Amino acid sequence: MLSKRVVACLDVRDGHLAKSVKFVNTQNIGDPVEKAREYYLDGLDELVFYDITASSDKRNIMLDVVEAVAAQVFIPLSVGGGIRSVADATDLRLAGAEKINVNSAAVARPDLINECSAAVGDQNIVLSMDVRRVAPSAAQPSGFEIVINGGRTPTGRDALEWALEGEKRGAGELVVNSIDADGTRDGYDIALTALIAAAVRIPVIASGGAGLPEHLHEVLTDGKADAALVASMVHYGDYRVSGLKQYLHEQGLKIRMSW
Amino acid sequence: MVPAQPCISSEFLSDPLVFAAFQIGRAFTVTLILDYDAGNLGSVKRACSEVGLQAEFAAHPDALEQAERIIFPGVGAAGSAMRSLRERGLDTALKNAIAKGTPLLGICLGMQVSLDHSEENDTPTLGLLGGRVQRFKLNRPELKIPHMGWNEVKVQQSHPVLAGIEPGDEFYFVHGYYPMPTAPEHVLTLTEYEGDFVSAVGKNNYIGTQFHPEKSGQVGLRLFENFARWDGVWQSSALPEGGSNAQ
Repeated sequence: MLSKRVVACLDVRDGHLAKSVKFVNTQNIGDPVEKAREYYLDGLDELVFYDITASSDKRNIMLDVVEAVAAQVFIPLSVGGGIRSVADATDLRLAGAEKINVNSAAVARPDLINECSAAVGDQNIVLSMDVRRVAPSAAQPSGFEIVINGGRTPTGRDALEWALEGEKRGAGELVVNSIDADGTRDGYDIALTALIAAAVRIPVIASGGAGLPEHLHEVLTDGKADAALVASMVHYGDYRVSGLKQYLHEQGLKIRMSW
Repeated sequence: MVPAQPCISSEFLSDPLVFAAFQIGRAFTVTLILDYDAGNLGSVKRACSEVGLQAEFAAHPDALEQAERIIFPGVGAAGSAMRSLRERGLDTALKNAIAKGTPLLGICLGMQVSLDHSEENDTPTLGLLGGRVQRFKLNRPELKIPHMGWNEVKVQQSHPVLAGIEPGDEFYFVHGYYPMPTAPEHVLTLTEYEGDFVSAVGKNNYIGTQFHPEKSGQVGLRLFENFARWDGVWQSSALPEGGSNAQ
């Protein structure tokens, strides 16, 4: 049986580590390579780098970060943020990224998912979606809407419908990020995660809101997620990756416990 | 829990004297990573270098003749991989390398095309080891294909390359097909995904894994360390009394 995964997300801006609260007020919290190695040695199952660099002339810094991390971290490495073309995806793969996350650019041009999955294999393409709660309507029957550009721009697109379309277009995995929960440490959006995980046949990584070990357990059971993404709760030293895994293991979940 | 450290860490090798001594020790060792347009090979090379195994890419059959040991990685589909191998003459070169006893490690698709036939694209494959490769047929709807993520590798027979793998150790998998070797003595490990499937195979100087040791943390790196030291000699412990010992 596959183990449930604990995934850590590192937001990187201009080559430095940042963590956002509700996608604003980013604070610099250290060197991404050092942090990645630390989590790796502490039993992390998968690492996600999200490039939140604002200016396009600094984009290549991310390739250097990925290359440096890939030389020291021997678990799957997933990279997202600003990927607009197959060339972007291929560059990151050559730098050492296993999986490529597409987000806003795929909403603007959904064919990007098909193109990237054809180029690098569908198991390596992750559709990352930022979602907010809205009143259910004809346009958003699920009551969840896709937002883009780091949560700033609503799209009018229904989140469940977009998840299903992403799967059909060849995404191999979904990251479902609640921007309502992101940075709050109040827990994942369980209803959102469960809604999408039950509807698709590809793995779902729950994201946004983790603050306590119980939150991970909840989203991996009630939320039906295959993996739980953590950020600030480990970045600021409140919890260790190994401690979270130990807790989940003690709760009876299948977790990788030797590394 | 104390994470296992590789015996030869990159920090250790950063000492120039240690590094020089290490280089002299392996001056005539050539490890080749077979490059046949079958995906991103950088991660395999980085894992090798992390354990002090200096590996080079090779795309030409002549290079395989000289190799001390060969790593045969691969992602993608069986049909295009076999075409690519044949066009380069690498299929024959691999068979020759096996015949002369060169230690050979196949990973994922590199392992799958070592059997006789793959259901993927209905492809006749190299036949270094008897058996077929089949697609998962699963009944439980919550189980997904590809089988992707961390799963336990249960060792069935001791093997020098698998030394140090403990019960409960997990490796990283990404695959929709799995090997079914004809002879039980070629089964090295099993992994459970709605029943057990074979996750590593071995025969004489050949070993192949369905999982990706290069993405499997410190336990995966140990496998590369073991392979770096392996002389290519192995005999199945599953052979019956008085069974053949062909090396």
